[in-house]
Amino acid sequence: MTDAKTEPLLSVRDLVVEFPTRRGVLRALDRVSFDIMPGEVLGMVGESGAGKSITGASIIGLIEPPGRIASGEIRLKGERIDTLGPEAMRRVRGRRIGMVFQDPLTSLNPLYTVAQQLTETIRTHIDISKGEARKRAIALLDRVGIPAAARRIDDYPHHFSGGMRQRVVIALALCAEPELVIADEPTTALDVSVQSQIIEVLKDICAERGAAVMLITHDMGVIAETADRVAVLYAGRMAEIGPVRDVITEALHPYTAGLMGSIPTLTQETDRLVQIPGAMPRLHAIPQGCAFNPRCERAFAPCRETRPDLISREGGRDVACWLYDPARTGELRDA
Amino acid sequence: MPDPLVKIEGLTRRFDVSKPWLNRVIERDDKQFLTANADVSFEIAKGETFALVGESGSGKSTIAKMVVGLLPPSAGTIRFDGQRIDASLGIPRSLRRRFQMIFQDPFASLNPRWRVGEIISEPIRTFGLMNATDARAEAARLLEVVGLSASDVTKYPHEFSGGQRQRIAIARALSSKPEFIVCDEPTSALDVSVQAQILNLMRDLQDEFGLTYLLISHDLSVVRHMATRIGVLYLGRLVEVAQGKRLFAEPQHPYTRMLLDAVPDLALSGRRRRPVEGEIPNPISPPSGCAFHPRCPLAFDRCRTEIPQPRPTPAGQAACHALDDMVPA
Ligand SMILES: Nc1ncnc2c1ncn2[C@@H]1O[C@H](COP(=O)(O)OP(=O)(O)OP(=O)(O)O)[C@@H](O)[C@H]1O
Ligand SMILES: Nc1ncnc2c1ncn2[C@@H]1O[C@H](COP(=O)(O)OP(=O)(O)O)[C@@H](O)[C@H]1O
Ligand code: SF4
Ligand SMILES: [Mg+2]
Ligand SMILES: [Mg+2]
Repeated sequence: MTDAKTEPLLSVRDLVVEFPTRRGVLRALDRVSFDIMPGEVLGMVGESGAGKSITGASIIGLIEPPGRIASGEIRLKGERIDTLGPEAMRRVRGRRIGMVFQDPLTSLNPLYTVAQQLTETIRTHIDISKGEARKRAIALLDRVGIPAAARRIDDYPHHFSGGMRQRVVIALALCAEPELVIADEPTTALDVSVQSQIIEVLKDICAERGAAVMLITHDMGVIAETADRVAVLYAGRMAEIGPVRDVITEALHPYTAGLMGSIPTLTQETDRLVQIPGAMPRLHAIPQGCAFNPRCERAFAPCRETRPDLISREGGRDVACWLYDPARTGELRDA
Repeated sequence: MPDPLVKIEGLTRRFDVSKPWLNRVIERDDKQFLTANADVSFEIAKGETFALVGESGSGKSTIAKMVVGLLPPSAGTIRFDGQRIDASLGIPRSLRRRFQMIFQDPFASLNPRWRVGEIISEPIRTFGLMNATDARAEAARLLEVVGLSASDVTKYPHEFSGGQRQRIAIARALSSKPEFIVCDEPTSALDVSVQAQILNLMRDLQDEFGLTYLLISHDLSVVRHMATRIGVLYLGRLVEVAQGKRLFAEPQHPYTRMLLDAVPDLALSGRRRRPVEGEIPNPISPPSGCAFHPRCPLAFDRCRTEIPQPRPTPAGQAACHALDDMVPA
């Protein structure tokens, strides 16, 4: 799945997340596996309810009880982090993994100035003086594009516009120099003309600092222009992972192909959008076999019986679909 | 345009956003007004899809509500087939039946206590178009037209997904056999694969029933896919109107260009982006002159003082002083 030479920064294996409910136990994630390499931008896409946010939340240990990681492993540079206690996890969060959420106000405390929040976070994780931390904070605000940062740093979050607040959150996520930033729909709440500014800042600043990014979004356009690789989730399972250009231009999984064809673009001529019949199943009604089989035009017997595992293909691609079963295509199974 | 189905002239809507009277007296504040739409004019031909695009707060929904008579304009007129639509004047039933509206949120727009059959046939009953038995049969038929099942008439909205609810809303809008449907962000709450189903359905229905649409969306790729003509709104004013695809091929107004540059695209065209400047100003105190001037790379003195009027462009019209100085293409 990954290059033997480089160790993945983050490695998620067979992750299962469950929520006990009155209707029984819901599996929000069902054996999800993927890697994030150092410095890369991994896009995570899927329709509403596919499990994107839950994936992000499990990595940073923020699944709300009674939800829980039922099985699987999450490793950061080879070390298990899914088994850490709350205190150790809090240190990983912020120091080694930064976070940016959809609503900037969930990440900012309205009662403290931006300066207080930034210097406090920096000093929790890095042993430097107050004055030094403030200097760093101003430099960072300046870098994310806050005009007159030295003056604005003493303002409260509500003094900033939505776009400026999200810039502050990006500064906050990066101030302890994390190796990975998890951004969950960081621009969904912003105006179109501001979205591109924020994505650009996030991408550039992470690249400068060598931080990898897991970018969660339902906007395929953002992924196309930002991510190195993309992972497609469907009903809590990984459908396909691969280099972004390959997945967009020649999707392997029938779901991904349908998804790409259903999106109108700004340059191509399409009279009719590709239509996938039906909708993604709810968690309590996931069909047997491949979760996509009732909507899939190419489904055949095995699809209705057994769930396909992720199959590695050449070009760093993985796909969970029986059409690519080596036994069927006559290829040799990769040992 | 020889005989437009809808003709909108000088449409303006102000909202009183003042603090309560007592606070104003104590704090010595004046009344405050927010201008959601100012001097908007456009026409919609029969059978076309006219789209309005703009970022949030640009005044799209306010126009939609005035056009269907849910909100009175502060100034200006709306004519439908020559007759005035104005919420404050009252709209004759015979006219009211001829247009309908579909809202963004398919969860809020359907009455949760009514069965789907009752929801769909409500306009039929309101306008007294059929007897009860026929209305029930018509509801069942319409469910099949929008790709659901006739037996769904007895179900309640909560039993349906977002996309299915939007189909129900469309069936309801069709039941009074309207000629014109205003669709305010009809797919913004839906996933892209479901959005494709609804957009395809809207097109099929247009072909079948010769419908005219006013489509409102903030999504430029949706608008490009659907519209015959497009109007671009910025801070309540129409900055550009152009023939569908030509707006994308040859945008004239600097705001339209900026917006097109800002939108990420799936097509991986690798086009170079110009960085977008600034954010949308507060609509309560919009910039003087051309409201776009603080963000505009072409702004000059006149832009700060004088509101630009629309002038013809190769594919429509645009309101920008800088266009005066350019040789027409
Ligand atoms: N606390 C909870 N209890 C029960 N089910 C939950 C809970 N939180 C999430 N889920 C379910 O887990 C699934 C995945 O949710 P998640 O929030 O990860 O979706 P998402 O892909 O981020 O969707 P969106 O695009 O809407 O943000 C959904 O079916 C959701 O209903
Ligand atoms: N009832 C109202 N009272 C006060 N302000 C309003 C009201 N309705 C809309 N507005 C304001 O008018 C502007 C345009 O709103 P709207 O038409 O909803 O924009 P859009 O649909 O393009 O997002 C916004 O600034 C909005 O806050
Ligand atoms: S496994 Fe079968 S049902 Fe699933 S996507 Fe592939 S072909 Fe379709
Ligand atoms: Mg989410
Ligand atoms: Mg609106």
